[in-house]
Amino acid sequence: MSDYSAIVMGMSAGGMEVLINIFLNLDKSFPLPVIIVQHLHPMHKSELPDILRRYTAMEVLEASEKCVVEPGKIYLAPADYHLLVERDATISLSNDEKVNYSRPSIDLLFESAAYVWGDKLIGILFTGANNDGAEGIKAIKKYGGLTIAENPDTAEYSAMPGSAVDTGCVDLIYSKEEIKLYLEKLSVDKL
Amino acid sequence: MKIQEIENIEISLLLEAIYGRYGYDFRDYARATVERRSRLFAKNTGLKSISELIPRIMRDEMFFERLVKEFSITVTELFRDPSSYKELKLKVFPILKTYPFIKIWHAGCATGEEVYSLAILLKQEGLYDKATIYATDFNDEALEVAKNGIYSIDNMKQCTANYLAAGGTDALSDYYYAKHESVIFDKALRKNVMFANHNLTTDGIFGEMHLVMCKNVLIYFNKTLQNKVLNLFCDSLIHSGYLCLGSKESILFTDVENKFENIDKGERIFRKITGTANV
Ligand SMILES: C[S@@+](CC[C@H](N)C(=O)[O-])C[C@H]1O[C@@H](n2cnc3c(N)ncnc32)[C@H](O)[C@@H]1O
Repeated sequence: MSDYSAIVMGMSAGGMEVLINIFLNLDKSFPLPVIIVQHLHPMHKSELPDILRRYTAMEVLEASEKCVVEPGKIYLAPADYHLLVERDATISLSNDEKVNYSRPSIDLLFESAAYVWGDKLIGILFTGANNDGAEGIKAIKKYGGLTIAENPDTAEYSAMPGSAVDTGCVDLIYSKEEIKLYLEKLSVDKL
Repeated sequence: MKIQEIENIEISLLLEAIYGRYGYDFRDYARATVERRSRLFAKNTGLKSISELIPRIMRDEMFFERLVKEFSITVTELFRDPSSYKELKLKVFPILKTYPFIKIWHAGCATGEEVYSLAILLKQEGLYDKATIYATDFNDEALEVAKNGIYSIDNMKQCTANYLAAGGTDALSDYYYAKHESVIFDKALRKNVMFANHNLTTDGIFGEMHLVMCKNVLIYFNKTLQNKVLNLFCDSLIHSGYLCLGSKESILFTDVENKFENIDKGERIFRKITGTANV
């Protein structure tokens, strides 16, 4: 049995490259739900789930209001709504003001997930050119979860993972490939 | 006990305190947002925990008023989600034209942009003059802004693009004039609009509506309150009346699922198929 209940991920500029790579070898048997905020370019707003489906055998969904998150599935935040997790592991969307100039905001996902899953949560922050997610990483750490940042030295855009690392709350600094392997290991460990 | 469990109790106590003391019922709001807003509010007022808000809330009405504002998320814009306006214009307006008069209810209208948006389209289709429009919210400050119809000029480029995508025919600028950093909407647009305070959690039905617009409000409620409010809308609509929700809201898997049929691809405009009486 996995020690964890869920994974949350955040990515911004350069995130597409990450998304189409890290789930390649995973499928529906993956033991955890994965909830993702990717700052979207308006261009591929609603196509993101369709694109990602070509690169993984996990189930890919656009997160919908009140849906229950389940293992083996990837939930993507819809454009222009914040995505938050409720204590009953359902999803809430909100129209609140932008946070860090972003909607959806990574901080909001990470913070709400930290309250729900505490030490059963893994939070992973990838490439990006702003500093959304740093507060969220702090919250995950505070509530006992595991925090991972993509290595700013190898990330396509270093600012976002860099500001997370600067908080001093990141447990593991991994390259994209290492994160991919880590996820694959989680997938096997469940047995 | 884990810290997040303690905080969960604190937030429940806060919402009970608010309900007991002021009658405002946030207990069935989607927790994550209420919790986030309460934490922010506590932090911004220099308090260390959500429970420290409780004594202040009990004794200090002004403090409570500020917290309510924090819970009322008035984010909105002109012609937000333009495709829903387009669908209304194409699929609902032709039916509304067949009635001698029409009544429209904007529930949770916030600062009113949605009301002016629809009013413009109603005018263009020759429907405005026979319409009575009720625009309600539980936030008086937001209603005041709505009554004035003065908005920041900043976002007008995007709004104009949305307006065109919504199927607007003449120039949007025909309906407002710009002054300093503001746009001021033509007051003829609110001639038939009644602005009123109405709280969806506690107040009753608005009768005999032909169209209820309630966008981006239900997402802030939990299932229980969503069902309650959807029943309220159902009871407020005439037979074959229309309900228009926000782009991420739906009646699927709710109590009223069988009382409406979906009329658009986006699944956010619904037509009531039961009688006016509650079955
Ligand atoms: C995000 S705004 C939506 C504005 C607009 N309908 C739109 O879609 O752009 C939500 C509004 O719902 C209002 N609201 C929240 N709870 C309410 C309640 N119980 N009764 C009436 N209005 C409420 C808030 O005050 C806020 O103005």
